[in-house]
Amino acid sequence: MENKLKFAVPLVLFLGLCLFLFQGLFSDPQARDAMTLDRPMPEFALPDLMQPDITYTQDVFKGKVTLLNVWGVWCVTCQVELPYLTALSAQGVQIVGLYYDQDLDPDFGIKTLARVQQEVIDITDRLGNPFAYNIFDVYRDTSLDLGVTGAPESLLIDQNGIIRVHHIGDVNNRVWQNKFADVYAELTSQTITGVVEK
Amino acid sequence: MKTVLVITFALLSIATFAAQENYQFDTVEQQVLFKELTATLRCPMCQNQNISDSDAMIAHDMRRKVFQLISQGQDHEQIVSFMKSRYGDFVYYQPPVTRTTIWLWVLPIFVVLLGFVVVLRRKPHSLPAQDEQAALAKAQALLDEDK
Repeated sequence: MENKLKFAVPLVLFLGLCLFLFQGLFSDPQARDAMTLDRPMPEFALPDLMQPDITYTQDVFKGKVTLLNVWGVWCVTCQVELPYLTALSAQGVQIVGLYYDQDLDPDFGIKTLARVQQEVIDITDRLGNPFAYNIFDVYRDTSLDLGVTGAPESLLIDQNGIIRVHHIGDVNNRVWQNKFADVYAELTSQTITGVVEK
Repeated sequence: MKTVLVITFALLSIATFAAQENYQFDTVEQQVLFKELTATLRCPMCQNQNISDSDAMIAHDMRRKVFQLISQGQDHEQIVSFMKSRYGDFVYYQPPVTRTTIWLWVLPIFVVLLGFVVVLRRKPHSLPAQDEQAALAKAQALLDEDK
């Protein structure tokens, strides 16, 4: 009996370890829980990319369910998702861009705003423009406050300005169906009933 | 030719050094704190690099943020919690003690204790004297044979 136990205990431990390590092979090292979930949009005051004299604050998201897309023209994956986002906006989803530039170093500005605007216009003319407007995150501070690690990232913000979904990577049909669609449907139905009750 | 090469490489190395951000600190303590923080904050986008080593844009931005916060007079604790509230516990190399992470400390102690138990419980075993005698006799016989 004791001999059998001596044989069985290390074997079970070994198999357990194998299972644990095997599982690790399929885990995504980049996957992390976003800290922003269920928290309000951080405070900000940023200009519109195309009309810099317009200033937006966190209150701009109040009253309408918004998909905030963090992007830049230098980001290849962002270009991949632009056509899908354009299709989404055609279905009535309010999409707002949080634009940030890579070359525009806040401390040693070498790129003019006009050039950034032209680059954005070129890309959206070619691949579709899903954005109601673009907020220009000049110093990338708001991206940092949102815990953004790179572009693209997309956040679903409810009508009270609370972040409900935070997705790292591009949005395509599969991601939208799996991660966004249910929450979006729930939120928009709330808006409608809210209107009816009034 | 050699001299030209050496000078070229020397110039190149100066150029890369100049590309590093050059932050000016009011006090030496602030500079020490900056070095300490950028060495212990992990770049959220990279595979296990601290933000002082990484050249990713996010690491640049985080270094700039750390500098800003230090200049505002925030201390080590405040800056770490600032980063944690945005990027989670992942961003700091020292994990917090929680119900899941407690095993990181408990398990090694447990393994050491287990080792002690195994060593202490082991029965001292010596070869039976009889066998030894027999083996010696056999060896002696072999040696004798060679003579």
